[in-house]
Amino acid sequence: MRHIISILIENESGALSRVAGLFSARGYNIESLTVAPTEDPSLSRMTILTSGSDEVLEQITKQLNKLVDVVKVVDLSEAAHVERELMLIKVRATGKDREEMKRMADIFRGRIIDVTESTYVIELTGASTKLDSFIAGLDAGLILETVRTGVCGIGRGDRILKV
Amino acid sequence: MISGAEIVIRCLQEEKVDCVFGYPGGSVLHIYDALFKQDEVKHILVRHEQAAVHAADAYSRSSQRVGVALVTSGPGVTNTVTGIATAYMDSIPMVVLCGQVPTAYIGQDAFQECDTVGITRPCVKHNFLVKDVKDLAITIKKAFHIAATGRPGPVVVDIPKDITAQMCEFDYPKTIQMRSYNPVVKGHLGQIKKAVQMLQEAKRPIIYTGGGVILSDAADKLTQLARKLDFPVTNTLMGLGGYPATDRQFVGMLGMHGTFEANNAMHYADVILAVGARFDDRVIGNPEHFGSEKRRVIHIDIDPSSISKRVKVDVPIVGNVPDVLDEMLKLLDAGCKTDPEVADWWKQIDEWRGRKSLAYRQSNHIMPQFVVEKLYEVTGGDAFITSDVGQHQMFAAQYYKFDKPRRWINSGGLGTMGVGLPYGMGVLMANPDAQVACVTGEGSIQMCIQEMSTCKQYGLPVKIINLNNGMLGMVRQWQEMFYSKRYSQSYVTSLPDFVKLAEAYGHVGMRIEKPEDVEPALRKAFTEHKDDLVFMDFIIDPGANVFPMVAAGKGLTEMILAEEL
Repeated sequence: MRHIISILIENESGALSRVAGLFSARGYNIESLTVAPTEDPSLSRMTILTSGSDEVLEQITKQLNKLVDVVKVVDLSEAAHVERELMLIKVRATGKDREEMKRMADIFRGRIIDVTESTYVIELTGASTKLDSFIAGLDAGLILETVRTGVCGIGRGDRILKV
Repeated sequence: MISGAEIVIRCLQEEKVDCVFGYPGGSVLHIYDALFKQDEVKHILVRHEQAAVHAADAYSRSSQRVGVALVTSGPGVTNTVTGIATAYMDSIPMVVLCGQVPTAYIGQDAFQECDTVGITRPCVKHNFLVKDVKDLAITIKKAFHIAATGRPGPVVVDIPKDITAQMCEFDYPKTIQMRSYNPVVKGHLGQIKKAVQMLQEAKRPIIYTGGGVILSDAADKLTQLARKLDFPVTNTLMGLGGYPATDRQFVGMLGMHGTFEANNAMHYADVILAVGARFDDRVIGNPEHFGSEKRRVIHIDIDPSSISKRVKVDVPIVGNVPDVLDEMLKLLDAGCKTDPEVADWWKQIDEWRGRKSLAYRQSNHIMPQFVVEKLYEVTGGDAFITSDVGQHQMFAAQYYKFDKPRRWINSGGLGTMGVGLPYGMGVLMANPDAQVACVTGEGSIQMCIQEMSTCKQYGLPVKIINLNNGMLGMVRQWQEMFYSKRYSQSYVTSLPDFVKLAEAYGHVGMRIEKPEDVEPALRKAFTEHKDDLVFMDFIIDPGANVFPMVAAGKGLTEMILAEEL
């Protein structure tokens, strides 16, 4: 099962390596990981996309909570939440492909944020599956470079992760 | 204003640390200079940093206090890693203070630099790098707080040399609040009630306890509870002494080398009360085999991640063990029925007991089990027994009956050979008048044998019980049983003359070769040579094996017993 774990952690050097080290030491998966300070600069918020059985997920949450720097842990996917991922994708845009790329970006509500004679950089935001579909919809030979932030997410409504 | 180095020493004084085990070097010279100028904190100069950490670890295990080690940067730190990992696996509260190269040099591959925080991260409860002298005192306060609370563990504080030279006001906080660290103490009352109810309904109960009972000083409360319920009690290797071993209700240690009665009782129990234990692989054997029997499990532990990790638990209780046991006792006193029907179960257990699974074959040579039995008699069952890792460790655990907690000092989780002698040093620093015996083998003892020199310097009269079979006994036992007697690299040839070696270090050496000499030699060591370190080299039967044995991958009830071979 796919799970999105959100972590509030002390914004201290080495905090990221404690989390990453825990996952590798215990053989848990990290499919993506994003981290940045919150509105309170002493805290960072980390989002980890992982997968595993219920037992494994229980251990992941417990082990994360045990880390001294970790303030709070929540499994976002346990309840209603929204998730987004940002992708920047550089594509070849010459000849007839130039028009096609523009059309694809529009269909997926992406924005072209850099233009040269032969390339576009398209910015695309959405659920990870949307980004996957966009890539799948392009001719693979035209993709020059992609970069994705990994998933970040937040609970819906009154579900708030705060100290 | 005082220097960072003086702050370190003042912090230790504030924490009432009376002794530190360590080894000086370039990056900690300021600290050693500050240490020189005072006499509240004693320093024990070891011969290898690994021993400093083991000794601090045993200081902690044998008392209720936090052990402290002090080492220099680079190799000083890397030498401590085995000791830190050993303490981490057994949840021992300890603070390791490490020197580091000056802050401006960090990351430049400076002389004696290593990434201390990175190297130790996977085997500490927490670690710190102090980057500002203003943070030094509070960081050390946090280190002691984190080490000793919750599920205890080792904490490393990495202190760059320039920080120890800078000047700062000293202000040591009395208490500390950390938003990210608030261990639970009280157990959930609803869960405790449910557990007490379940215990009342049990027909075939067992109380299974581990190191958590020792670490949380809950042995008295556990004993009260067990007696009130008249349930059988088994201890893990780490839990020995948590319940008096000479008591009728004690069924012995369980697990890979547990007794026939303990392993059967554990397997066929309908209700297991697990207290401060973690169902590890050496305890329950093959988890599928263990899971084949229907039972209900109550698990008390301060660490939620220990619960339902390897065995599914029906009633989890997260909390400090003595607090939870206290609540249970109150509930039982408040009128709950206290005589569950366990008479039939006891009949069954006594039948298993009748199997006498710890009986061992007689021989013209000295049997190692016999040495431990005699050691028990000669010390009146009241000694601190440290041990290394291997057959001798299991013999000590099986045949020395521990009635009190904190008397059995060994590396259970990591299984570190070489801990025994430095453990003896740590025990003696915390309990200066105690009888301390290190039950070891000729393989393990040589891993930290240089510490005989430290023992001479500080007058630490450890009695070394060397069960010498000229082989790495446990390896040899597995090779005999599972590798068709291909004894690959398990012979130890070219052994030193241990008697002469002990004498060379300024101690007393004895070589004992006949069974009838065992007891007189031990008596002599513990009376005439009470204040000396005595190296007792017992030449034992080289074929002696540890039984019962649950082979790797087998179930708890699939024991190999002594006579079956």
